[in-house]
Amino acid sequence: MPPKPTALKILDWVSLALLAIASYMVFFFAPMEAVMGNVQRVFYFHVAAGWVGFLSFFVAVIVGIIYLRTNDLKWDVIGLAAVELGLMFSFINIVTGSIWARPIWNTWWTWDPRLVTATIMELIYFAYLMLRQGIENPVRRARFGAVYATLGFTSVPISFLSIRIWRTIHPVVIGSGSSEAQGSFDMTSPMLATFLFSLFVFTVIFVDLLWNRIRLGQYGEKIEQLRLKLMA
Amino acid sequence: MINLFTMFFQEAPAETTGYMIFGYSIIFGTLMIYLISLFTRWRNFKKDQEVLEELEKEK
Repeated sequence: MPPKPTALKILDWVSLALLAIASYMVFFFAPMEAVMGNVQRVFYFHVAAGWVGFLSFFVAVIVGIIYLRTNDLKWDVIGLAAVELGLMFSFINIVTGSIWARPIWNTWWTWDPRLVTATIMELIYFAYLMLRQGIENPVRRARFGAVYATLGFTSVPISFLSIRIWRTIHPVVIGSGSSEAQGSFDMTSPMLATFLFSLFVFTVIFVDLLWNRIRLGQYGEKIEQLRLKLMA
Repeated sequence: MINLFTMFFQEAPAETTGYMIFGYSIIFGTLMIYLISLFTRWRNFKKDQEVLEELEKEK
C-alpha cells in the first residue's frame, strides 16, 4: 500500500485540532441553558453526529448510483466506507439523544416518530453490512450494496422530516416544530456559534475518516486479489 | 433593586451534569473505538499481506 498522503496526514491533525476547539466551545464558550442545565451541551455534538450520519448515507447512495452506471468496484469501496461511518455517527446521535431525554423527558426511550424512524434507519443500514457478508462474489456484492444503499436511503428523508410532519415531542432546531415539543430552547449567539462550528467540525471529521476508511477498503481489496491469485 | 430581588427568587438550572458527562463519554468513546478498529484492521491486513507474499515467494 502506498504511504499515507501528506494531505491526509494534515487533515488528521486538523480534524483533531478542530475537535479540541469545538469541545472547548461546548464546555466553556457556550453558556449553560437556563432550564435544562449542562445536559443541553450534548445537543451540539448530538445534532452534528445526526447531520454527518445523514451525509454519510447520502454519499453511499450517490456512489451506489455511480457504481450501477460504471460497474467500477472502487465505488463499492467508497459506498461501504460511507455506510460504516453513517452507522457510527447515527449510533452516537441516537444514544446521546436517549441520554438527553432521560432528564428532560423523564425517560430513556419513547415511541416518538423521530426516535423510531432514526432507529429503523440505523437497523436498515446495519442489515446492509450483515447481508453483504453473505455474498462471496465481489461483483454481486457490490451490485447488491449499491441497490440496497439506494433503496435504504428512503429511510433518511423520512427520519429527517418526521419531526416536521408528525406529532412529536422532539424539538426542531431549524424551523418551527410541533407545539408539543419538550426541551426546546432559544439559542443565544454563543450557542448558535458553537452549534454551527460543531456541524462544520463533524463534517471535516467525516471527510477525514471517510478518506482513511477508503484507504483501508482499498488495502483489503489488494489483499483479496493477492489471496485469489495464490489460490488460482 | 428589582434585578437583585428577582435573582434571589429565580429557579436554578436543573442539575444534569452527570448526563452531560455520560453523553460526551459515549461520543468520544465511540470515536475512539472506531479509530482503534481502523488501526487494528489495517494491522491485520499488513500481517495478511506479509504472509501472502511469503507464500507467493515459496510458490
